[in-house]
Amino acid sequence: MTSISVAEAAPRRRGRGELGKAESRQALGFITPALAGLTVFTVVPVVLSVAMSLFDWPAWGDREFIGFGNYVDLFTSHPDFWPALRNSAVFTLLFVPLNLVVSLGLALLLGPRIRGRAAFRVLFFIPVVTPMVANVLVWRMLLQPNGLFNGVTTAAFDLTLPSFLNHPQWAMVMVVIMSVWQGMGYNMLIFCAAIEQLPESVLEAARIDGARGAQMFFRVTLPLLSPAVFFTTVMTMISSMQVFAQPQLLTGGGPGNATLPMVMFIYEQAFTFQQMGLAAAAAWVLFAVIIGLTALQFRAQRRWVHYEV
Amino acid sequence: MRSDVPAAVLAAPVRPIGPRLVLQYVAVVVAALLFVTPLVYAFFSALKPNDQIFAVPPTLIGSEVRWGNFVEVFRHGPFLTYISNSLVIAVAGTLVVLVVSTTAGYAFGRLRWSGRDLVFGLFLLTLMVPQEVLVVPMFQLMQWFGWVNTPQSLVLPFAFTAFGTFLMRQFFRGIPFELEEAARVDGAGPMRTFLQIILPLSRSAVAVLTVFTFIGFWNSYLWPLIVVNDYAYLGTLPIGLATFSGQFGTRWDLQMAASIIAMIPTALIVILLQKHLVKGIATAGIAGR
Repeated sequence: MTSISVAEAAPRRRGRGELGKAESRQALGFITPALAGLTVFTVVPVVLSVAMSLFDWPAWGDREFIGFGNYVDLFTSHPDFWPALRNSAVFTLLFVPLNLVVSLGLALLLGPRIRGRAAFRVLFFIPVVTPMVANVLVWRMLLQPNGLFNGVTTAAFDLTLPSFLNHPQWAMVMVVIMSVWQGMGYNMLIFCAAIEQLPESVLEAARIDGARGAQMFFRVTLPLLSPAVFFTTVMTMISSMQVFAQPQLLTGGGPGNATLPMVMFIYEQAFTFQQMGLAAAAAWVLFAVIIGLTALQFRAQRRWVHYEV
Repeated sequence: MRSDVPAAVLAAPVRPIGPRLVLQYVAVVVAALLFVTPLVYAFFSALKPNDQIFAVPPTLIGSEVRWGNFVEVFRHGPFLTYISNSLVIAVAGTLVVLVVSTTAGYAFGRLRWSGRDLVFGLFLLTLMVPQEVLVVPMFQLMQWFGWVNTPQSLVLPFAFTAFGTFLMRQFFRGIPFELEEAARVDGAGPMRTFLQIILPLSRSAVAVLTVFTFIGFWNSYLWPLIVVNDYAYLGTLPIGLATFSGQFGTRWDLQMAASIIAMIPTALIVILLQKHLVKGIATAGIAGR
């Protein structure tokens, strides 16, 4: 796709100062809509959010500057903050590995010898693009005390399953399973693309050297796929720390606050309890956590991601 | 160079159908069946009388098949309003994103001006700001603008993300520079080159951006939940569906019918445009290398 980049083509057009200035003016015209929009709808909110986090900022009524009071309140006295952070962390710890194992497994299964693999790929991708609310409602039906899962085990094995959505641990497990079902198709497609790009010469050389089965997978294929695994791990982790709709609709954060994650905490503080300043502070804490985790991943990648070949 | 080597040697060896391949097929089919069970069961539940949805043992088809459930949904909530709101907002939002992303992508990818790379770097920096940091101050901003519960509040605030600009810029950079140079020599200004040369050559990238943006707006849930308070007027499909489930929590037949209706448009888009989308996602993924 890269034939001649602008940078390479540049020297040819040097020494045309007048035209250069004209081009700068034209560029300004082209970029103004994006620049104006990003300023109003991203830069201003970011600055505003920092300011809000330093205020007692109710949705209506008087605002009062309280310095880092909101942050102190979150870390020391707010009863729901630590559980929310813990819930987001637990969700991420369960969701990311499960998502990657399932999506990579499916991508490997859907190899070149499987007929109709394009159709299978699209099938596994569908819940990624259908409205999350609809996906969750379907699972809420399945997980009802007399839903499909319990109905099948009762009828077939006379086994009554726990009431999933009313049990603290089971509720979290089900939020994770539902989310894996919904979201893994995206990573699967990325892995499919990465697998198709594997250098056939290296695989063939490994085969000639006698690599087979598990050895072939763990010593050859997986290291070759490690850049894609790294990319999907980082992206999936970032999005799973921001989980909201699945627990909000499946369990309402409950039972108690057993499945109430950070974004739902932020949403509730801001729009149910009208504590906009506290919510803004919580959002910055979450942002810092995400940045920290991402930075850790980038540091760790030197040890296990292979970019050569 | 290697024309003397028979093609069959270069191609992967044709392996016979062995037990491994059979196992692979079985695994794929089992996985696919498990995967579609929720969707299929939801569809058949939408056709059942409500009191049979939680029957034990569960059945796929109830005592009668009620296609009428799909019609009854529209009598229980303003679903036509939800659908048309979602459609208008998704189309308007997608148009804004396309105009903004292609013009800015052109300035970053094809024009030369001082400070370009610095400004582009700042653009990319905004990609790091997650939605949950933005929604709280954004709501405050909407209050100050007097935009709470207005259509523009659903379209504009999240139409200026740098992602589209980035995607377009990357694609535009790949177009041979000579094409544009020739047009310039013939006296075409940047607007004409942009409209008549660059955009037509970028149809596939524009298509990918269009589809992803449309789906993003169509499915958007958190922001409409915050900024809309009159659902009968401005409720979108996801919001309407969630409200419906709150109001008619015991009517699982109708909830399933409504869910299936909500799933159809985006599912169809993906099925019909699969090649473009798969390529777009593959590009995004490989960009991670």
